Amino acid sequence: MSPTASPSSRHRQLGLTDHEYELIVERLEREPGDVELAMLSLMWSEHCAYKHSRKLLRQLPTEGPHVLLGPGENAGAVDVGGGLAVAFKVESHNHPSAVEPFQGAATGVGGILRDVFAVGARPIAVLDSLRFGEPAASERSRYLLRGAVAGIGHYGNSIGVPTIGGEIYFEHSYEQNCLINAMCLGIAPHERLIRSAAAGRGNVLVLLGALTGRDGIGGASVLASAELGEGDEAKRPSVQIGDPFAEKKLLECCLDLLDRGLLVSLQDLGAAGLTSSASEMASKGGVGLDIDVSRVPLREPGMEPFEIMISESQERMLCVVAPEHVGELMDVCERWEVLATTIGAVTDEDRLRVLDHGAVVADLPVHVLVDDCPLYDLEPAPPAPDEPPIYPAPRGARVLYGHESPGQVLLALLGAANLASRRPVFEQYDPVVQSRTLRRPDEADAAVLALPDGSAIAVSIDGNGRRVACDPRRGAAEAVYECAANLACVGAEPLGLTNCLNFGNPEKPHVAWQLTEAVAGLAEACEALEIAIVGGNVSLYNEAPSGPIFPTPVVGIVGKLPDAGRAGRLGFAREGDAIALVGRFEPSLAGSEVEKLRGRAPVGELPFKDVQAVRDARVAVRDAVRAGALHSAHDIAEGGIAVALSECCVAEGIGARVTLPEGLDPFAETPGCAYVVSGPEEAVSALGPIIGQVGGARLELIGLLDLAVSELARARELELAEWV
Amino acid sequence: MKFGVVRFPGSCDDIDALQAAARVGDAVLLWHADRDLQGADAVIVPGGFSYGDYLRAGAIARFAPVMEEVAEFAREGGLVLGICNGFQVLCEAHLLPGALLPNTSLKFVFRQVQLEVEDPGTPFTRACARGERLSIPVKHTTGRFYSPEPVHVVLRYAAGENPNGSQDDIAGICNDAGNVFGLMPHPEHAVDPLTGSTDGLKLFESIRAHVADRVAV
Repeated sequence: MSPTASPSSRHRQLGLTDHEYELIVERLEREPGDVELAMLSLMWSEHCAYKHSRKLLRQLPTEGPHVLLGPGENAGAVDVGGGLAVAFKVESHNHPSAVEPFQGAATGVGGILRDVFAVGARPIAVLDSLRFGEPAASERSRYLLRGAVAGIGHYGNSIGVPTIGGEIYFEHSYEQNCLINAMCLGIAPHERLIRSAAAGRGNVLVLLGALTGRDGIGGASVLASAELGEGDEAKRPSVQIGDPFAEKKLLECCLDLLDRGLLVSLQDLGAAGLTSSASEMASKGGVGLDIDVSRVPLREPGMEPFEIMISESQERMLCVVAPEHVGELMDVCERWEVLATTIGAVTDEDRLRVLDHGAVVADLPVHVLVDDCPLYDLEPAPPAPDEPPIYPAPRGARVLYGHESPGQVLLALLGAANLASRRPVFEQYDPVVQSRTLRRPDEADAAVLALPDGSAIAVSIDGNGRRVACDPRRGAAEAVYECAANLACVGAEPLGLTNCLNFGNPEKPHVAWQLTEAVAGLAEACEALEIAIVGGNVSLYNEAPSGPIFPTPVVGIVGKLPDAGRAGRLGFAREGDAIALVGRFEPSLAGSEVEKLRGRAPVGELPFKDVQAVRDARVAVRDAVRAGALHSAHDIAEGGIAVALSECCVAEGIGARVTLPEGLDPFAETPGCAYVVSGPEEAVSALGPIIGQVGGARLELIGLLDLAVSELARARELELAEWV
Repeated sequence: MKFGVVRFPGSCDDIDALQAAARVGDAVLLWHADRDLQGADAVIVPGGFSYGDYLRAGAIARFAPVMEEVAEFAREGGLVLGICNGFQVLCEAHLLPGALLPNTSLKFVFRQVQLEVEDPGTPFTRACARGERLSIPVKHTTGRFYSPEPVHVVLRYAAGENPNGSQDDIAGICNDAGNVFGLMPHPEHAVDPLTGSTDGLKLFESIRAHVADRVAV
């Protein structure tokens, strides 16, 4: 401690309020020491304690017949049959990526992979949900896009986990605050699933993997300030650096250790490093832990105990092992060339004790670290009608002025950054390693992975911040409906859901309102579709001086289909097939892509959805795909039915002739409730009215437009290729 | 017949190659630190990022203990197939001529590409016809083949399909003796009708047929 820092300034610099500090003193019945305060400030941060969202999240449904691991574990897991479980989770890495997109995105992938193998599952797929500012208008957004895509590819490709899907949207509100959400799925036999709860007095705590350095300590910038008595060393820029090779060895080593039954519990080291991991393990197990930081192998000399306890160095895991298994554990780690060090032991007291060469430097009750952080009530208030809109009309995004023909509007939509072909991005990711991938990006609405018994799992990730900005409750619900619709198009039924809630500063009433409404919408939709939420992540304070990001709940759903051989595809496939419109489709222009291209702000209520109709359409499509009755199925989302039909044509290069229902705006949207399917007439007419026929080389919407499929394809190819 | 698939730390497509080989014969993993090919009739050096490939693709792996055995096996006429990173390793080990350079795009590229069989006379392509087209994916950052000397070309990217700027559209080559074959595309990812093309299986079937003939003699 520098003599100039009083205790009161100390805690504020660490991000704790005076009230929180008083609470700590009250609980400890003394002033916390330096190491203790550093640990508490992180455990009581928004990131670790969810202090502004935990109460809200309680309303989300988390129980269901397929759930094996629910929220609170490193990743959730569902039963997929055949004695197998699929573990999955989505997590944000927004702020690091805004500083350094390549390493930020790479370590985002690395972190979510560790969450999945921490529960004993082998990572089998990664998906990403990305948001940036307008690429055409902003060099910064292009830089962030290029860096993030390269970083995701670098980590996923190098570690041998396929990137099988994802989404990217571009909106001005993400200009300063890009969103990098990464989702990972893993697979495990039920008996290999492991929890993070430490157990067994006298059991040994072993740190696995990389050396511990000063990474991420500068990220908690207050800790690098002079008041903690550090010199320039501690001010070194310290973005976390990913090492996929180290993680590949760590992954194989951990799964080997689990297969040999050597571990009592396993936990990854992520945000807040050893502090968070040890606290969580102790708390869940109802035990205490002693850690001697002098045993932790360091990458650089002279690290202080507090730095070792909060370092966010990547590619590390913490495990509990019985003393008699330590020798075999060391042998396995040596074979995989993974560093393993005993750094402590399980105790039967409710205390996390940190020692430095045997001398106690922190001694805290585990419940104070994990459970005693005050939870705050939000103070939500919708924006008043007379206030200017939170999100102004998009500057520079206007390309439509009202005189364009429907054909010109369609081409503009297909070429818009939000709808253009994602191929230039997907080509930078390996989607086939591990030999399970039955549907790659662009082949179907959801990615499909084979299981050993001939069945398959499907997964999709969805979210549309612009629509949530219009109408947080319905917009958030829509994300769930759309994600489930994507699964239906390959014949899959949802088993579980993970979400990442990306919002602005929750202390602002309108952001609190967005968050409250969106969580309610998520809960409603999950209940309507009977999908359990098995885990997720909250990322708040995504704000720039110009305002908050669009409220962006991102939803990932994992589902199952019984017959891998019948997984659906999105593209029209056979000349002469009939095309049907399935579902109650009553779209509007509020929050639509075409409205954005017309220069309009994201305002207006989204269309009401009849939940029963949404369910019925989804089940009908799902069952028809499963029966092998259809040749294609595609949900109608952004850009309306005209864009959906275009995508069906472009996939295989086959045209269609369609008469739209009377009065249907070809560009109006209400994602998640309607589909275009093709197949033999008798099969598709059972699902909905026939609207046209597959064939030729042109897309003709009678009375509206008539364009060559090659022209549609060319329009989609223009936008992203030059930016990534 | 028995395939041996090398596993380095950082190999990614080792299990994929193992499963593909197991469709036509027996297949076992060969640990990088063991000087033991376990009696394999053919060795596959698989794709991935051996030892992280932070220095230069394949530069570290060529020094692995198992590679001493692979080199000896190749000198004795044993069949060695290098896929992607395996191709890079075989070039670094001088079991194949030439080198793999960064793609002209300087980016990782995944793409299903069309290949043309230039030489169906090798042990690796005997199940193919001359000029036959194979649909097999590529996925790499360092796949641009270059050699100042003439090489024995086995596979080329079809016209307009070259994904990396490779010299003369070269996708796969073999050594002069014809028993060591390297290619950038991934035949092990084209063996199952459910996941797409099965054209890659022809390479594994060729190896099996060649070994069967040799055993019969």
